[in-house]
Formats: sequence, structure tokens, C-alpha cells
Amino acid sequence: MNQNVMKMITPLAAVIIFGLGLLVSGMNNPAKIRGFLDVFGDWQPALMAVMVAAIAIFALAYALSNKMKQPWFHSIFHRPSLTVIDKRLVIGSALFGIGWGMVGLCPGPALLNVMTGQWDVVLFVAALLIGNRIAHYTVGPAK
Amino acid sequence: MMNELAGGALIGIAAALLWLGIGRIGGISGVIANIFLINQGHRNWSLYFFAGLLASYPLYVLLAGTPEMQITANKAILVAAGLLVGMGTYIGNGCTSGHGVCGNGRLSLRSMVATCTFMAFGVLAVFIMNLLNL
Repeated sequence: MNQNVMKMITPLAAVIIFGLGLLVSGMNNPAKIRGFLDVFGDWQPALMAVMVAAIAIFALAYALSNKMKQPWFHSIFHRPSLTVIDKRLVIGSALFGIGWGMVGLCPGPALLNVMTGQWDVVLFVAALLIGNRIAHYTVGPAK
Repeated sequence: MMNELAGGALIGIAAALLWLGIGRIGGISGVIANIFLINQGHRNWSLYFFAGLLASYPLYVLLAGTPEMQITANKAILVAAGLLVGMGTYIGNGCTSGHGVCGNGRLSLRSMVATCTFMAFGVLAVFIMNLLNL
């Protein structure tokens, strides 16, 4: 099939599987995330299995890609170029973690949950997008 | 536990497909940042990714019924947390997908530090929220 068509179909198919995975596992449910993060209270560790399974499968795919010259439908692997562990990484991740725990939504599930039509989700996503732009215009992209 | 394993496997397969298929890291924060750059043309995959994510919800409802989704936070908390997640994932260059799944899967030390940091602060936030009965 035409490479340009596959460049459209691949991310579409991948993200539909991704979204179904979030919904099947319960990652979309803020109450469940809060339970997972409630380590010092009524801890519900089941979501650990989501990360373990996902990381294991991606790790296999990544190992496989090291033996490939290029992806199936594209000319190069866009390997992340940032390797430095700096204040920016730690502060950003800390801010994200605080927001994640406060409500129980990380970006993927938040976007997905907009489809529930609940205004609470729309409000959260609007704030998320504004936060993204505030950081873009104040801190700027990482080099 | 089976649902969590199966869901996690689907997420892993999705990230694997995106990487092996078009050589892109399946990070939602990156996709969101890319959406704002879409006029530059070469980020089209992010647009498909964004649209497909929204499409997966009605597909799931069709196959399995309405999923459980319960938010307990009030409006002020929702806005504050949304701003923090938006800023934090931009500044830290990733979230649960990009750092948590792909970065750790690549054995990136950077992503491991990010993951430990957001997990620790997530646990702290929930602890404080519960103390305050929020």
C-alpha cells in the first residue's frame, strides 16, 4: 500500500488501540487513579499491571527496532534527542505529578474523557491546554 | 487484574505499532504540543493521533458499554490541576505515556527520573488531598 496512506492509518490504528487500552484498564477513571496513588491510605495497586505490561511490550518493540534500518512506513526513527537530567525535567514532572494526583487525570485519559460530555472534563482539558501554552510562552521548548 | 494487564498490553501494542510503523514516540504531551504546531505541516501524524483518541471512546461504548468514570474534585481543583498538568508535562517534556511507557521501555534514565518524580508527587498530592477531605 501507498506509504502516505500508511502514515495516516498507522497513527490512527495505534491510537484507537491505545484509547481502548486506557478504557479497558481503567486508566480513564480518576477515582481509580486516585486509589492507585493512595499508597498511604486505601491503596489499590492493580494499575501497576498496566504499566508493567505496556512497558514490557514497548521494550520488546524498541529492541526489535534496533535491528531495523528504518520504520515500516517512514524513512527514520525519531529517537528522542534529550538525554540530560536537569532541573527542568524534575520540576516539570513534579508539577505534573501534583496535578495528576489532585484530580486523577493525566493527558491521554483527560482528552479521551472529553467524549463523555461531562463539563468537569472539558474544564480540566481547557485548563490543561492553557497551561501548555503558558509554559510554551514563558519557559519555552527544551533545547 | 486481568483488565489491567489486557489494557496495559493494548497500550504497549499501540506504542509499539507507532514506533515500528512510523518511528514516532507515542507521547500524548508531545502530541498536544504538536497540535499547536500543526501549520508546520510535518506534524500531521499528531492530528490523526488526536482524532483517533477521541474516536476510541464511542468504539469502546459500542463494544463494552459506558466505562466507569468518576471525578470527585471540585471546579477550582479541576482548573488548578489542569493548569499544573498542562505546564508540568510541557516543561518536563512528557507524561505517563511518553516517559512512563515509551521512555521506561527504552531504558531512558531521563524518563525513569521523570516517572519516579511524577509518581512520588502524585502520591504526595493524593495524601494531602485526602487529609484535607478534597
